Amino acid sequence: MIKFNLFVLPFSLGLIYIVTSIVMHYYRWIKALPAVDKVKLSAGIRTPSKVLASLKEIFLEGLIHRKLWKRNPLLGYMHMSFAFGWFLLIVMGNLESRVYHGAYINAPYYPIFLKFFIHDRLVLFFEIFTVPAFFRFIMDFLLLFVLSGLVLAWIKRKQSKWFGMKQTTMHNFFDRVALSCLWLIFPMRLLAESYTAGYFHGGGGFLTQNLGNLLVMITPGPAELIAYFFWWTYSLVLGLFFIMMPYSRYMHIPSELLLIVFRHCGIQPRKWGSSFSDLEVRSCSRCGVCIDACQLNFAAGINTIQAVYLIRSQREQYIPENIAQTCMLCGRCQEACPVGIKIDSLRLIKRREIGSGQVSDFSYLTNPHPGFADVVYFAGCMSQLTPSIPIAMEGIFKEAGINYLFIDRNGSICCGRPLMLAGKDKQANELIEFNKTLIRQTRAKLLVTSCPICYKVFREEYNLPIRIQHHSQYLLELVKDGKIALQSQHRRVVYHDPCDLGRGGNIYQAPRELLGKISDLEPVEKDRTNALCCGGSLALMGTSMRTKDEVTLDALESLLAGDPDILVTACPLCKKTFSKLSKTEVRDIAELVYDAIPSRKTRIAGTVKDPEVVIS
Amino acid sequence: MIDFGYTLTRDRQLDYDRGDFRYLKLVKSLEPSMDLCIGCGSCTATCSAAGFTNFNIRRLHTVIRRGDPESIKAELKKCMFCGKCQLVCPRGVNLRNLILAMNRAIEILG
Ligand code: SF4
Ligand code: SF4
Ligand code: SF4
Ligand code: SF4
Repeated sequence: MIKFNLFVLPFSLGLIYIVTSIVMHYYRWIKALPAVDKVKLSAGIRTPSKVLASLKEIFLEGLIHRKLWKRNPLLGYMHMSFAFGWFLLIVMGNLESRVYHGAYINAPYYPIFLKFFIHDRLVLFFEIFTVPAFFRFIMDFLLLFVLSGLVLAWIKRKQSKWFGMKQTTMHNFFDRVALSCLWLIFPMRLLAESYTAGYFHGGGGFLTQNLGNLLVMITPGPAELIAYFFWWTYSLVLGLFFIMMPYSRYMHIPSELLLIVFRHCGIQPRKWGSSFSDLEVRSCSRCGVCIDACQLNFAAGINTIQAVYLIRSQREQYIPENIAQTCMLCGRCQEACPVGIKIDSLRLIKRREIGSGQVSDFSYLTNPHPGFADVVYFAGCMSQLTPSIPIAMEGIFKEAGINYLFIDRNGSICCGRPLMLAGKDKQANELIEFNKTLIRQTRAKLLVTSCPICYKVFREEYNLPIRIQHHSQYLLELVKDGKIALQSQHRRVVYHDPCDLGRGGNIYQAPRELLGKISDLEPVEKDRTNALCCGGSLALMGTSMRTKDEVTLDALESLLAGDPDILVTACPLCKKTFSKLSKTEVRDIAELVYDAIPSRKTRIAGTVKDPEVVIS
Repeated sequence: MIDFGYTLTRDRQLDYDRGDFRYLKLVKSLEPSMDLCIGCGSCTATCSAAGFTNFNIRRLHTVIRRGDPESIKAELKKCMFCGKCQLVCPRGVNLRNLILAMNRAIEILG
C-alpha cells in the first residue's frame, strides 16, 4: 500500500519544528528555575498523587476548559470544541489508521491524511455496522464538533458582544498568520476529505461523503485534482501554523501544560521574578476575560492596562510604567483568569523594579515598651480616619472583659503594605521590623486588626509566632464563646467584601455569619470572589481622583441596587471611600456589633458615628 | 556675640528669579493634581509620619512650588507612604503619587 505523497512534507516539517521548539522551551524554563524550585519539581514529578493531579487539571483546563465554561459557557464551548475536538481527532485518527495498518508505528502524517490513502467503498448493507464505518462516523462527528467551534470563533471576532464580552484582544503579525492558518485547517480538511470521498464514491462518513458527492456533482473540473489541491492546502496551513506557533499567542497551549505541572509541584512566583513568571507570561491565552473583569475598564473607561496588556508588554520585554502603576491590585482579574495566572505578582515584580531605587529614613522611630496584654489590637493608619471603628472595638473589648492593648492608639507605624504595593519592599521591611518588635514585646497570644490591608501583610510578611485575626473573625469568636451577647437590630444591610479581606485573605464567611446574627443581611449581585473594589485602593497610582470616584460610584450603584438601610463593610479604607460618595449610611461591621450589644455598660450617647464633615 | 535678648531669623525672602523650578516642572508633569492644592494643611494634620517626628508633607510640596527644593531631599525619606494624606485632602490632590513624583524628581535631577 502506498503511504507517501509529496504533499505531506509541509506538515511533517512543521511538526518537527514545533516539537523541537517546545522541547527547547521546556528545557530552558526548567533550567532557569531557581535551585529550590528545581528540587520541588523533581520531587513533584516523582510523587504519583501530584502527577495525577496535574494530569487531571491538564485534562480539565487544557482540553475541557472548565474554568472558562463556568465564566462564559459559549466561550468555554468554543475553546473546548477546538482543543478537545482536535485532541480526539488525533486519538481516533490514530486508532482508525491501525484498522488499515497493522504496524505499531506509523509516520505521524499517516493518520492525519488517512483519507487520502484510504478511500475504499463500503458497499454492502451490513457494512455500516463494521469497525471502519464506526470510525468514519466518529471522525466526521468530531470534525463537525471542531467546525462548530470555528463558526463560533468567527462570530466572536465579528460580534464579540454576543459573547457578553465588551472587549476582544488585539493581535500582532504572527498571531494573525497563525490565526488565519488555524481557521483554514479544518475547512481545508473538510474539503479535502469530501472531494476525495466524492471522487472515489467511498471513504467518507455522513458528513464528508454526502458533502463530497454534492461537491463533485456541482463543481466542474477534475475532482481528483481539486481534492489533491485541498490536500496540499491542508498540509500547508497545518505546517505553517506549527511554524508560527512559537511566535504567536498559541504558544500558550504547551506553556500552560508545563505551568500546571509546575504549580502542582508547589512552585510559586518569586518577588523578583523567575522562570515560573516567564512561563506564566507565555501561558496567557489572551482570552480577554481579565479585561471584562476589570473595574477600571467598565467603570472608568481605562482599557489599556489590564492583565492581558501587562503580559503582552512583558512578553515584548518592556512594560511601560503606567501599565505597571495603573491598577488597584484588587485581584478581580486574577480570580477570573481561566489560566490561573498570578497577575498581581507579575505587576508587583515590575513595580519593584521601578520603586527599589528610592530610599527611606525611619531613624526617627523610637521603640518605647508598649506594655503587656493578652490581646494586641492594631487599628491601622486607616482606622484613624474612621475613629468610630476603634471606638467600637474598644467598647467591645471592655464589654467582653478582655485584657487588651490598643497598640497604635497614639498613631500607627504603617504596616508596610502601602510601601510594598509601590514596590518598595526594602523600606517596608524597616517598618515591619519596628512593628514586629512592638507586638512581640507585649507577649500577647493574639493580634487583632481592624484593617484588612494590615491583616494581609501581618500574615504574609511578619512571621509572627502568634495568632492573627481580622476583627470580623475575632468578634464572631467572642460571640461563639459567649463573651458578648448580641441582639439583632433588624436593619436591612448589604455586605461589601473588601479586596484584601476576601480575595486577599480568603475571609468571606465570618463577617456574613456575624451580620446574620445582628441584622437582616441581603444578597448583592457581585460578591465574594467576584466582589467589586471600593475604588480607594492604595495600589492605584498615577490616575486622577476622578477615576477613583468613578469606580466608587459604579460599585455603590451595584451594591445599593436593593436600597438597603446600611452598607456594611469590614475595612476602614472601604468605609472612608464609600462614605465620601454614598447617600446610604456606610458602617463597619464592628460598629454594628457594638450597637447590637443590648446590655452594654459603656454606652455612648446614640450610635457611634465618625465626626466627619460631609461636603456635598 | 552680645546677647540683646533677641535673635535674627534666617532670611525667608523668596527670589522667584533665582528659584530652581526644574523640580516643579517635572513633578507637575508627573502629577498634575498638584495644582489643586490650596495649602490647607489637612495632609500634614493627619500624616502618620508626623505623629512621630516633625515631618510636614504640605511644606514639602509647597517649597517645590516655590523653587526651593533643596530642603526636601532628606525630609521626603520619612514618609511611610500610608496614603492617609490623600484620603483627607479636600481638593483631591493625589498625594501618594505626588510623593512618588517628588522622589522621582530627586532621582532624576539629583
Ligand atoms: S491574563 Fe488570564 S484572563 Fe487575561 S487574557 Fe491572559 S489568560 Fe485570559
Ligand atoms: S487587579 Fe483589579 S484593577 Fe488591576 S487590572 Fe486586575 S481587575 Fe483591573
Ligand atoms: S503617605 Fe506619607 S505624607 Fe501621606 S500621611 Fe502617610 S506618611 Fe504622611
Ligand atoms: S490636604 Fe490637599 S489641599 Fe490641603 S495642603 Fe494638603 S495637598 Fe494641599
